[in-house]
Amino acid sequence: MTTAINPLVILLLIPLVGGLILWLIPASRKNMLRWVALVTSLTAFGTSLWMLAQFDADSADLQMVVKLPWMNFVKVAVNFEIGVDGLSILMVLLTTVLTSISILSSWTAVQEKVKGFMAFFLLLEVGMLGVFLAQDMILFYVFWEFTLIPMYFLIGIWGGERKIYAAVKFFLFTMAGSVLMLAAILWLGVFKGTFSVPELTNIFGLLPGTAWLLFLAFALAFAIKVPMFPLHTWLPDAHVEAPTAGSVILAGVLLKMGAYGFLRFNLPLFPEIAIKAAPWFAFLAVVGIIYGAATAFMQKDVKKLVAYSSVSHLGFVMLGIFALNPLGLQGAILQMVNHGLSTGALFLIVGMIYERRHTRLMSDFGGLWKVMPVFGTLSLVIVLSSVGLPGLNGFVGEFTILTGAYTSVAINYTLTAILATVGVILAAVYLLHMFQHVYLGTVTHDENKSLKDVNWREIITLAPLLALILWIGVYPKPFFALMAPAVNNLVALMQPYLMAVK
Amino acid sequence: MLIETITSVRILQLVSWVVFFPLIGLLINLVIGRKLGERLSGGIASLASGLAFVTAFLLLVSLNSNPEAPHVYRLAEWINIGSLVVNWDFRVDTLSVTMMLVVSGVGTLIHVYAIGYMHADVRLNKDPERYTRFFIYMNLFIMMMMILVSAESYLMTFIGWEGVGLCSYLLIGFWFEKGKDGVGNAIAAKKAFITNRVGDFGFLVAMFMIFLQFGSLDFTRVFAAGTPTGELGKWVVIGISLFLLLAVTGKSAQLPLFVWLPDAMAGPTPVSALIHAATMVTAGVYLVARSAPIFAMSAFGPDAVAWVGTITALFAATIAIGQYDIKKVLAYSTISQLGFMVAAVGMGAYVAGMFHLITHAFFKALLFLSAGSVIQGVEYGHHHAQHVDHHVEFDPQDMRNLGGLSRRMKVTFWVYLVGALALAGVAPLAGFFSKDEIVTFALGKHPVMFGMLLLAAFFTAFYMTRQVWMVFFGNARTEAAEGAKENPPVMTVPLIVLAVLSIVGGALNLPHVETLQHWLERTIHGVHPAEFSFVVAGVSLAVAFGGILSGWFFYGRKHWELGQVDPLKKLLGPVFTVFERKWWVDEIYNVFVLQPYKDASAILAEPIDQKLIDGTANGLGKLTGLVSRGLGLLQTGFVRTYALMIFIGVAAILGYLITR
Repeated sequence: MTTAINPLVILLLIPLVGGLILWLIPASRKNMLRWVALVTSLTAFGTSLWMLAQFDADSADLQMVVKLPWMNFVKVAVNFEIGVDGLSILMVLLTTVLTSISILSSWTAVQEKVKGFMAFFLLLEVGMLGVFLAQDMILFYVFWEFTLIPMYFLIGIWGGERKIYAAVKFFLFTMAGSVLMLAAILWLGVFKGTFSVPELTNIFGLLPGTAWLLFLAFALAFAIKVPMFPLHTWLPDAHVEAPTAGSVILAGVLLKMGAYGFLRFNLPLFPEIAIKAAPWFAFLAVVGIIYGAATAFMQKDVKKLVAYSSVSHLGFVMLGIFALNPLGLQGAILQMVNHGLSTGALFLIVGMIYERRHTRLMSDFGGLWKVMPVFGTLSLVIVLSSVGLPGLNGFVGEFTILTGAYTSVAINYTLTAILATVGVILAAVYLLHMFQHVYLGTVTHDENKSLKDVNWREIITLAPLLALILWIGVYPKPFFALMAPAVNNLVALMQPYLMAVK
Repeated sequence: MLIETITSVRILQLVSWVVFFPLIGLLINLVIGRKLGERLSGGIASLASGLAFVTAFLLLVSLNSNPEAPHVYRLAEWINIGSLVVNWDFRVDTLSVTMMLVVSGVGTLIHVYAIGYMHADVRLNKDPERYTRFFIYMNLFIMMMMILVSAESYLMTFIGWEGVGLCSYLLIGFWFEKGKDGVGNAIAAKKAFITNRVGDFGFLVAMFMIFLQFGSLDFTRVFAAGTPTGELGKWVVIGISLFLLLAVTGKSAQLPLFVWLPDAMAGPTPVSALIHAATMVTAGVYLVARSAPIFAMSAFGPDAVAWVGTITALFAATIAIGQYDIKKVLAYSTISQLGFMVAAVGMGAYVAGMFHLITHAFFKALLFLSAGSVIQGVEYGHHHAQHVDHHVEFDPQDMRNLGGLSRRMKVTFWVYLVGALALAGVAPLAGFFSKDEIVTFALGKHPVMFGMLLLAAFFTAFYMTRQVWMVFFGNARTEAAEGAKENPPVMTVPLIVLAVLSIVGGALNLPHVETLQHWLERTIHGVHPAEFSFVVAGVSLAVAFGGILSGWFFYGRKHWELGQVDPLKKLLGPVFTVFERKWWVDEIYNVFVLQPYKDASAILAEPIDQKLIDGTANGLGKLTGLVSRGLGLLQTGFVRTYALMIFIGVAAILGYLITR
């Protein structure tokens, strides 16, 4: 409320306005619809850069806060309260970057009902930004649920053969978790007299049993979204059936909402419980790392392989979060960005292959590097980023997470980190397996001999991701600097409990 | 004036240019390389590597006048979170500069050689477009290797460590559409990367332990920290040294992770020479030498290193005896010689290990490049042979197909002979001095170790004699060998330079002069030269000549005929088969590691993931549906109905909360 023009409000409004403009354009003007959507998403990206410029990286506080009265719920005020801090700013930037890239990637891939597709995409952006900006629990919940609807239709209308099954499954899984979260939110709000997250932070006076129940209610909703083993089975189905752009956003941003939820709610609201639960969540995270890697290795469909790799990679993120120290937490947030970039890019290249051949089975390919040399080289960098090669982004995140986990007082069991490190070997196994079967060897199918190499639009789609992959790998300092004060604040909040438990 | 400038300590700030020159080279080739033509493209890459060598040489001169080591120069910050502070810091000391000189020196010669070699190779493989790509990879390799050896922290070393692994992957798979069934090379590349990753796992865990114990990953701070006290500290240091050893067995192809190196011969021969013989595979030896202060604290870490090296030296030498592929013999020989180096650094003979690293870089690069010269010479003969059916698979690397090349490829023959004698340990060639130093140390360490290394040395002399006779003497056994011709000077001149180095390389650390000893002592403290012993030197020479004589006895007296059985096989029978089949190590890994992982993954992916986990989830969904149907509620299959039901549930909870 301090500044007259608030970047966050404008950021939320831009995709909404863009969606309205789309609504006015006739459905037959496909190119115009595409351009409007792209320009809208780029404007949103520009606005997020403005937000970044306004952001004081030395401060751990919420910034650019807007708080407007909205309604009352059982006499407790519900506010339209938004703000950004070190925990969320990178997620906001990731959202605006990936939305622009996704729209660009759909240029030729989506030919049916372009208007609806682009409109849903911009609505989805509103929802995702809202989730990361909301500081009121009810508002958060509204945005959280709101993201389901456009994604449900993106899968259900523009998806593959089993799109309805996948869409419903995606919807129900998320719903099942968020219902409990809603109950927890209402309980907290009604009994503590506020829905404001900053005000609720470090709430005292909960009975241990109640605190555990509330913690688990939030945790279940977020763990399904992440997804953590064994709640992950909706993900491969959703990814395989979703259109390319949908997969990019699903993996790049929607999964991060789950991990972000842990950072925003579970840790600051229930620090004591989080510390006690840390070894268990770390254990589940490690199971996810190994399990995701092993099952990914067995997939025949490239997209499914990438989907299971997400289970493995998000395991690293969860491990870092529950290390509950600066190394683990900063590594986890960076790895959330990294996964968005690398896996987003992986889905893009799978989409590029699919657009050319209308199949994603590894057995239908082989020797693509020879036919499409530029595409092969770009793909290699992306694959290596996902493998966690030092000098690229994934390594910086994984190494800090693993070091954090190894030195974690909360986990207090070094074997956890060592087992997680096995995941580094297994990542090379399934990803290089995929690279070999798709890109290396001789061209085994005649249809593949005449495939066209990437065009300029496709290169422009991948280029920003590749630039960020290299940048974070070589010079991650600015990224860590953005989150450091907020993370340190969070750790300081937990410190007294950590001393008490150990 | 000039002297003053280059001896100035400020020269040392140039250190990051050993990384930037190859980076610039690869960027030029990446952007415009194809338009430049082969000569220019290869020339730029060679120049980039050469300039890195010049830089390293300037560092050497300056460092010589400024002995107060180490000098650390910061390029940029990297990771800085809490107590984890790791920067792009370069370290200039005698050890790092020695490695830089070897890498860029041998590297530049191999770059020049490759200008000629790849010219023929890309045509043979029918894809001249790929010429530039080779030099991009080679410069990337030099760059990564330079990062590895000039790093000031374990983490930065690790960037180079995995970076060279990537280059290895790319270059083994350079002809990724070739090899067995069209994917043989690609599979070999993958095998190298993954096996190395197992070693890298050890490196990572060692780093976690170092960080927890010493609070830093910087060499300077870790080594200054002093021996940890207490029982736990003792075990942590042992743990660190054993996990580092795991890393070493991966990169330096020691037992049990050596299996990738023989397959790595799928790469073009200059790659085998540079990466898989002279430089990258010695990174493990460097790592132990660099970590000397940690190993000095560790109870049985160094012994474990020494034994792994010794056993590998002997084990790999036995396999080399039974191979027919000219490059495979050299590959197993490399594993064996790396065993000597690892054994040396494990025994605390750091200088001896580094000495052998350097001389080995000369003569093994020489041998590989000469082998490449042989292969291309014979390929030429094969393509110009009149009566050969070109559809029949012909393997120019199979020594049984060669013979009599000494007359047709004179330069190659003479330099090969130099390399073989140096490797066999004949005085006064380079290999004699360095190997003798290691063997002398072993005698002081453990008699069994001494015996095993001597036996390995005997086998070395034996298999090299076998190879030289099979390749160069007797009659040409095929038309291809008959028509072989010598290669152009761009290839033979680097060979001659390396041959000279293989002859005089021993002068680096002559007994009682010990140039290298005094040089490296500044960095690795507390290493003493082995007391030169005429008895040991005599024994080791006798072993070398014994090996050569026995080799001649089996392979020299009678010419090898096409299709004959190996004379040694007639004598040793099944024992020779064990060597020939490489002790079935690959098969053992397949049965006990690979297949179980595949089976387990298959079980996890299908029955567990799809049936059990997903089935349970879907089952719960169905159950809800059934219950609701049973209750006569709406069961329309539409999402909005489910959503409605969910909201009804929430409302019920809400109602409870409000009315309570």
